[in-house]
Amino acid sequence: MRLRTICYYFREALQSILRNSWLSVASIGVVAVSLLILGGSLLIVLNAGNVADNLESSVEVSIFLKDEATPEQIKEIENKLIGLSEVAQYVFVTKEKALEEMKQDFGEEKDILAGLEEKNPLPDTFRVKTHMVEQVAPLARQFEGLAQVDEVRYGQGVVEQLMALSHWVRIAGLTTMVLLGVAAVFLIATTIRLSVFARRREIEIMKFLGATNWFVRLPFLLEGMFLGLAGSFISVAAIYYGYFLIINSIQVSLPFVPMVSDRDLIILLMEGLLFLGLLIGAAGSMISVRRFLKV
Amino acid sequence: MIQLFNVTKMYPGGIKALDDVSIRFKKGEFIFLVGPSGAGKSTLMKLIYREEHPTRGQVIFNGKNITRLRQREVPYLRRKIGMVFQDFRLLPQKTVFENIAFAMEITGASSREIKRAVPEVLEMVGLAHKANEFPEHLSGGEQQRVSISRAIVNRPVLIIADEPTGNLDPDTSWGLMNLFLDISQRGTTIIMATHAWDIVSNMKKRVVELAGGQIVRDEEKGTYSL
Repeated sequence: MRLRTICYYFREALQSILRNSWLSVASIGVVAVSLLILGGSLLIVLNAGNVADNLESSVEVSIFLKDEATPEQIKEIENKLIGLSEVAQYVFVTKEKALEEMKQDFGEEKDILAGLEEKNPLPDTFRVKTHMVEQVAPLARQFEGLAQVDEVRYGQGVVEQLMALSHWVRIAGLTTMVLLGVAAVFLIATTIRLSVFARRREIEIMKFLGATNWFVRLPFLLEGMFLGLAGSFISVAAIYYGYFLIINSIQVSLPFVPMVSDRDLIILLMEGLLFLGLLIGAAGSMISVRRFLKV
Repeated sequence: MIQLFNVTKMYPGGIKALDDVSIRFKKGEFIFLVGPSGAGKSTLMKLIYREEHPTRGQVIFNGKNITRLRQREVPYLRRKIGMVFQDFRLLPQKTVFENIAFAMEITGASSREIKRAVPEVLEMVGLAHKANEFPEHLSGGEQQRVSISRAIVNRPVLIIADEPTGNLDPDTSWGLMNLFLDISQRGTTIIMATHAWDIVSNMKKRVVELAGGQIVRDEEKGTYSL
């Protein structure tokens, strides 16, 4: 392709954008808002998933045994754990070891616990991790009420709620994204349709002179892609700076909430948004030009 | 060069524009298509530049059956054909030079080729001094000269002119006819639909008369009517 032809495409596209400047601004705005919501939802989903992952990996089931449990009975429970496929790993913590851990946790104030060696109140415990967080509750139920088991504990309720929330956010986010994406495509299609319509006579003449369909189409395609890209650029800039502003303040005030702050991942996400804007613009203009090419 | 074999063209609604027409145009010929409005002149020309498909029959252009041409090949057919219309069809926002250059840009010509070829054709039609004017500032005859320049700038083998003098006064028309004669003498085939009986009668070229979608007369060195 010749440089002159390429210049021609860009010149035509630019002229068209300036000629319909208000509609161009509106299209850019809709793309920007759509992608802003899309990007925002993606970040929320990403963070909800991150928090869930964090909690999941720290969730374990503690099976506290009765003091009077015999080594045979303990072995029996261990065999049961070995036989369950959902068990990822387990450790057996004797009452002595549990006391040891507790002393460590207390650090300098471990004197409080002095003398407890004689009559250790802590029970023998199995600490069990499952492969998936959904398996925690059913597993716990299997051990509750066994003769040798005193109590079974895990982070009841919290994890399930978080999973449900992240699921809901994902669905709502996705629906909004798709709807706004479609709206953006059609607004760009309308913008391009106007500029195609304003130049339908020119297109007709071009076709008579032997212009290929791509020659006619490309300036409009460029116009649409420019509008899409401009919109996505605005949203990306807003999301990028907004997001790091938010995580900075969260890390100060709520340091225990694990936020996704991996810059490479965020940049990848932003690149995705830019590409999506380009795609929305291209789709919108292709829809509009198709009808006018039959001469 | 162009052959039509038993071509019939029906438009939706059962209107028969051409009825079993067979004809042959030779290279370098100057052909007048005459006949009343609706006789099928425009349809015949549209079949050659593939704006319309024949309902039945075949159209051969330069040995190629263009009824079988694929849609994406059509632009390359049209680049071999220069078209001149009654309403000029110039782009109002482009200058004379740009209008002609546009026909070359479409084919992917380089700036150098354009800068060489456009002044050449403008010189030939006698409008070199109006290169930077906009079409609306030109007279009808001048506009038609621009559109003729545009039609010949890519050196087509065929010129199709649909009533090129339909909107022009007799003197201007004769000027244009001399231009077409010039082009014809360089070996370009010209097919021209017209109602200008005095021109046809004086030029003594091949005359093909259509009526009701059929060829009713085809004579060398003909006149407008018997």
